[in-house]
Amino acid sequence: MLGTTILLSLREIRRHILRSILTTLGIIIGVAAVVTMVTLGNGVTASVQEDISALGASNFIVFPVRTTRGAIRPFDDADVRAVEQQIAGVKIAAGGVGASATAFYNGQDWDTRIEGGTNPLLEAQTIKIKEGRPFTRDEEEAGKNVCLLGLKVRDEIFPRGTSPVGARMRLGGVSCQVIGVMEERGQGGGQDDDDVVYMPLKTVQRRFRGNDNLDYFVVKYDAAYAATTIQDALVDLLRERRLLQGTEPNDFNVIDTAQINQALSAVTGALTAMVAIIASISLLVGGIGIMNIMLVSVTERTREIGIRLAIGALAREVRLQFLTEAVVLCALGGLVGIALAFGASFGLAAVIEVPFVFDPVINIVSFVFAASMGIVFGYYPAHRASRLDPIDALRHE
Amino acid sequence: MTAAPLIELEGITKTFGNGAAAFQALKGIDLTIDRGEFVAIMGPSGSGKSTTMNILGCLDVPTGGVFRFRGVEVQKLDRDQRSLLRRRYLGFVFQGFNLLARTTALENVELPLVYRGEKKHERRAAAMRALDQVGLVPWASHTPAELSGGQQQRVAIARALVTEPDVLLADEPTGNLDSERSVEIMELLQRLNGEGITVLMVTHEEEMASYAKTIVRFRDGLVDRVDHGARGRADARAPA
Repeated sequence: MLGTTILLSLREIRRHILRSILTTLGIIIGVAAVVTMVTLGNGVTASVQEDISALGASNFIVFPVRTTRGAIRPFDDADVRAVEQQIAGVKIAAGGVGASATAFYNGQDWDTRIEGGTNPLLEAQTIKIKEGRPFTRDEEEAGKNVCLLGLKVRDEIFPRGTSPVGARMRLGGVSCQVIGVMEERGQGGGQDDDDVVYMPLKTVQRRFRGNDNLDYFVVKYDAAYAATTIQDALVDLLRERRLLQGTEPNDFNVIDTAQINQALSAVTGALTAMVAIIASISLLVGGIGIMNIMLVSVTERTREIGIRLAIGALAREVRLQFLTEAVVLCALGGLVGIALAFGASFGLAAVIEVPFVFDPVINIVSFVFAASMGIVFGYYPAHRASRLDPIDALRHE
Repeated sequence: MTAAPLIELEGITKTFGNGAAAFQALKGIDLTIDRGEFVAIMGPSGSGKSTTMNILGCLDVPTGGVFRFRGVEVQKLDRDQRSLLRRRYLGFVFQGFNLLARTTALENVELPLVYRGEKKHERRAAAMRALDQVGLVPWASHTPAELSGGQQQRVAIARALVTEPDVLLADEPTGNLDSERSVEIMELLQRLNGEGITVLMVTHEEEMASYAKTIVRFRDGLVDRVDHGARGRADARAPA
């Protein structure tokens, strides 16, 4: 009986295909908007979490900032060593600097970033070596011209299928030997984390920057310690080392990677909630459209209802027929919306460079919600159909 | 075992509207119809014949009086109970055919069985048997728009027959047909009646009424006279 009713509904919908599409547009747009936004939101969250885990869990990033007092005062290696040695619970403190240069090999060139760091910095940022080896202590201390390539750089200047390890290439005016290739890290914070070359900290300071300054340093601490305890100790130590008086503001920032995560998921959550509100308005309008078209359909088919009642259909069977039609219409709208959302979020995820994360829950929930719109807004027209008087209905022209 | 009459009407009245606008369509109808009867109900417009037909078809309930169908007092039943009665025991044929448009003859005939919850292959087989009874098997997959008026009415009769009802109710079944098709339909109804089904028909054409065994003539909401049809076999039992 229900199967027959569903087939009947599909036939009715097909008979008025344009009308059906226009009617369900509100539902289609509502569902597509919700599913797309949630899917992209998941992608953004995943991307952020990937960045955070690339920075490492239980990490602080410390960097100098400009205050009203004047120029930026950079950190140096002595600050990093003081943090590592004087604060209980700190496992690693490692500084880094950045530069940019053009990479050359065998007639190929590529503009890229150069990061200076030591093995502990690579470890704190969970960078892994895909082939080759990390820096040696000697290379780090002497500031040797050796480098680790990001995948992007390798692909741009080395021929496919060849290993760059052991090759001698040039970065700007500096010749260096490739000792390894780093594993893929993907997009993060608006830059391609594979479009980079790592060299020992001292090499970059000397050859590219010409001083001993650090752009930032990373503090990795023991998870057994409270983040706030470490952070307070860190701020106190750095204020003391930078001779900041009582009320003077910090001329540096300490960022807790866990906090970035929380802040970003709060933003994503707020955006999702806003879209949900807009989408529910769209769904409400869509639902009213469904009710309208079902009322039209009941009027158009008054005679048919009269025939069905005369040959013995019960009121609830007529109601079920029209209710099923409304639900099938809404469910089809939901399916179309989900399909559109799949395409849209897949495309948009590529455009805004976040991973496409398919979330079955939001897809199922949206579908069920769309279908239940059919019950809510189809009930009144269906009820009206079921209350028709068979004699009047048969006389209806 | 003496079988109770199939249909008994006792002092049936029907009033439409209330107060000053009230109109009494039936003023006390007494009528008994046995199994196997073929009754034609005749009368001028407004004489109450259609109202009586609606009550006999369990589509409407009388304002007063007792209507027993198979011994059940129909005026006491609710809407759904009357639907179940129609579904089980009654078949309807209308003046305007009332087939579902854009739906094949076969599917139209199957429709009453859908509400009985029968399986698809059983429905199909029963519908084909009913179409065979009206000689329309070759037209099973045609829609009403592709059929002539006479053929449409025969599809409607097949739809009424498919549930093997006790009573076939025909409201002006030849009203929209030319005389040649009308005779075909009447001969079909007469043949079906011969096979055992009780036929109740409303008509305003004497010629069509003459196929019935009994002709009940209405006037001003009352039974005026009961005759025997010239072409029917007379064994109706009407109240004195």
